[in-house]
Amino acid sequence: MHTVISDGRRAGMAAEGVVRSDAVATNSAANRKLFKSRVRIHPKEAGGHYRAMKWVMMAFTLSIYYIVPWLRWNRGGTAPNQAVLVDLAHERLYFFFIEIWPQEVYYITGLLILAAVSLFLINALFGRLWCGYSCPQTVWTDLFIWVETKIEGDRNARIRLDAAPWTGGKFAKRVSKHAIWLAFAVATGGAWVFYFNDAPTLLHQLLTGTAGLGNYAAVAGLTFTTYALGGLMREQVCTYMCPWPRIQAAMTDIEALSVTYRRDRGEPRGAHKKSDTWEGRGSCIDCNQCVAVCPMGIDIRDGAQLECINCGLCIDACDDVMGRIGQPPRLIAYDTEANILRRQAGQPARHRFVRPRTILYGAVLASVAAIMLLTLTFRHTLDLDVIRDRNPDYVQLADGAVRNAYTLKLMNRSGEARALRLSVSGIRAREIKVIGDGEIKTSVLLPVDADRVRTLRILVTVARPDLGGSHGLTFNLADRAGRESRAASAVFVPGNSR
Amino acid sequence: MSEKEVDEVSGTQTTGHEWDGIKELDTPMPRWWLGILYGTIVWAIGYWIVYPAWPGIGSYTHGVLDHSQRDEVTANVAALKAARAGRERMLAKASLADIQKDPDLLQFAMAEGKAAFGDNCVPCHGAGGQGARGYPNLNDDVWLWGGKLTDIEHTITVGVRSTNADTRESQMPGFGRDGIVKPQQINDLVEYVVHLSGRPADGSAVRRAAPLFADNCASCHGAGGKGNRTFGAPNLTDNEWEYGSAREDIQDQIWNGHGGVMPTWSGRLSPAEIRALAIYVHNLGGGE
Repeated sequence: MHTVISDGRRAGMAAEGVVRSDAVATNSAANRKLFKSRVRIHPKEAGGHYRAMKWVMMAFTLSIYYIVPWLRWNRGGTAPNQAVLVDLAHERLYFFFIEIWPQEVYYITGLLILAAVSLFLINALFGRLWCGYSCPQTVWTDLFIWVETKIEGDRNARIRLDAAPWTGGKFAKRVSKHAIWLAFAVATGGAWVFYFNDAPTLLHQLLTGTAGLGNYAAVAGLTFTTYALGGLMREQVCTYMCPWPRIQAAMTDIEALSVTYRRDRGEPRGAHKKSDTWEGRGSCIDCNQCVAVCPMGIDIRDGAQLECINCGLCIDACDDVMGRIGQPPRLIAYDTEANILRRQAGQPARHRFVRPRTILYGAVLASVAAIMLLTLTFRHTLDLDVIRDRNPDYVQLADGAVRNAYTLKLMNRSGEARALRLSVSGIRAREIKVIGDGEIKTSVLLPVDADRVRTLRILVTVARPDLGGSHGLTFNLADRAGRESRAASAVFVPGNSR
Repeated sequence: MSEKEVDEVSGTQTTGHEWDGIKELDTPMPRWWLGILYGTIVWAIGYWIVYPAWPGIGSYTHGVLDHSQRDEVTANVAALKAARAGRERMLAKASLADIQKDPDLLQFAMAEGKAAFGDNCVPCHGAGGQGARGYPNLNDDVWLWGGKLTDIEHTITVGVRSTNADTRESQMPGFGRDGIVKPQQINDLVEYVVHLSGRPADGSAVRRAAPLFADNCASCHGAGGKGNRTFGAPNLTDNEWEYGSAREDIQDQIWNGHGGVMPTWSGRLSPAEIRALAIYVHNLGGGE
C-alpha cells in the first residue's frame, strides 16, 4: 500500500529538525508469529488538542467516580440519605429520586441495553470515543502512565532505565512508581465500596478497622485488578481481553469517523531534507512520532485496526511535526475511510451521519429510552403478587366444601406506611379468611409499613354447590384514597368434587 | 536416545524422538506453572502443621490451630440457640392465645414450627400437612382429638396410642377379625355407614343394621354417628375418611379396626418447640 522512497537508516533525521523515532508497531504484519511475547511499549508524552481533551475527560470521569457516593439525598423517614446507593442487605437500589426493588431488575436490563446501543450509535457516528476517552481501562492506564512519566521520565529515559543495570537510583524510582500505583489502586477499590454502603460511616469503619470483611476483600480485589490492569497489563487488556474491539468491527462501516492516517496525502512517505521539493511525494516524513506516542503501540499508518482505541494522541504528535516542517496539520485526523477513497477518486470529502445503520441504532435507542421513561413515570408504588399453595393443592372440608390457600405479597414502595384495601372478586366464595386478620366480608384494610413487603396467607373456601363454576378469582388491592390499585388473578382448584 | 540436540528454529532441546522427520521438542514447563506447583507444595506443608492432617492409630495430628469442624458446628448451634433463647422463653411462657395476637412472636413461632414440622412430622403427615391414608390431613376442619390450639398442643405432647402414660388412647375393635359380629352383619353395617354420610344405600340393609350400630358403634361414634373427640372417634356423617370412603374401605375398617400410632413428642422436643408446632399446624387453615 505504501511506498518508501528513502530506504535509509531507521533512526536519524526524518527532516530538518525532526528526529526519526525508532519505534516499531507491535502488531506490524512483518513481525507476526504464531505466538508472540509481549513487546514492551513506552508511550511518549504527547501534547495538543486531543491530549488536553483526554486530561479533561480523565478529570471529569474520575471526579464522577469519587464524588458520587458522597452526594446526599434526603428521602425522609428511615430511608438512607445517600444519593446513589446499592443497598444489598436490604435489597434496594437508590438513584437520586428513583428507588428500585429487586422485582424491578428490568430497569437495570433497560439501562444495559441503552448503554450497549449508545455504544453502537456513537461508534457508528464518531468512532471509538468510549475506548479513547471514557473507558475505565483507558482512564486508569493514562493515569498510571502519567505517574510513570513523572517518576521515570519520558519515553527515551524510560527505555534507558529499562536497559540500565540495577542501581540504587533505579530501585528508588521503581519502588516509588509501584508504591504510587498501589496507592491509586487502593483509592480505586476504596471508592467502589462506598457505592454499596453509607459512605461516611464506611470510611470511618474502614479507617478504624471495624468494617466488614467483605469490604476489605472488595478493596483488596479491586486494588489488585486496578494495579494489574492499569499498571502492568495496560494495552494488553484492550487487545486480548476486551471483546468490544472485535464486536465494534461489525458495528461500524467506512463512513464512521475514526482516527485515520490520510494516505491520500501522506504517501509516498520518506525522509525529507529542507532543500528537497515536496512535489511528487507525500507529506509523511516517516518520523514515526505517531508510533512513539501511541499508548497501544501501533502504527496508525497501517490503517484501521482493532488495537486502535481512537484516542487521537497520534494526531497531536503528527500536527506538531507538520507545524515544524511547514506542512498543513491533520495528516492524521478524525476522518473516514470513505473520504480517503473519495479524495483519491477526486471527489470532495463529506460526512454522512444519516445512514441506515445510524437510523437503526438511533431508533432502537429512542424506543428503549421511551419505554424506560414511560414505565418509570407510570410506575406503581404498590404491587401485589399471588402465589397459590400447591401442597396440598386443595383441601376438602367435612361438608364437601373445598378450600384453596394463597400467599399474598403486598408491596408498598412508597415512603410512608399505608393501609391497603384488599378485596376478592370473580368467585362465589363461602368464606375468605386472612390468617391473623380475620374474615374478608367485602374488603379488609391491611396496614403495610413504608417501603416494605407484607406477606399474608389467605384461605378461600367455596361451598360444595358452587364448585362447578369456580375456576378463577381476582385479588384487588387499592390504597385508601383509591388513587392507586392493582389486581392479580389466580386459579381456584375445585378438586375432585364428588 | 540420541545425544542432545537443539532445534534451530525454537532454540529448544529435542527429546530425541523422531517420527517421519518430525522431532518432538522438550519444551520446559513454564516458570509460572512450576512456581504454582512449588507454591502448593509449600502450602501443603504449612497445612499439615496448622490443621489436622495425618491419621495415627486411634488418633490423628491435631495441628497447631487445633481446629475441628465438629467443634465449629457445636459452637454454631450453641450460638444459634443463645440467639433464639429470648424468644423461646417468651414462647414457653405466653399463652397460646397471646402468641396469636403478637405478630413478632407469631412469626417466630411459625418459622420455628415450620422447621420442626419439616424435621419431625413430614414423614407421616406430608410436606404440606396434607396427610395420606391412615395419616390425618392437618389442613382441613376435621379433628379426631380436637382442633383448638390447646388440643393440638396436647396431642403433639402425649401422642396417640403412644408410650406416654397420658397418651390419647382408644381402640376400634376388629369386629370381623375378632368375631364380634358376623360377616353378613358387617356388610349391613357398611350400608348403614354409607347411608350416614348421605350417600344412597341399600334400604333393607340399613334397617337391619340400625340395632347393630346402636349396640356396637354408638358408644364411641354417637347414636347419630357424629363421632366423639374424647375417644378420637371420627364423625361418620362427613366427607372425610381416614381409611377411605369406598364400601370396601369401610368394610376393611370395620373388620380390622385400624388405629394408627402417633409418637409422644414430649421429651423429644422442647415445650417451646411443641408450642410452635401447635401454632403452625393450627394456622395451616383448619384450626378452631
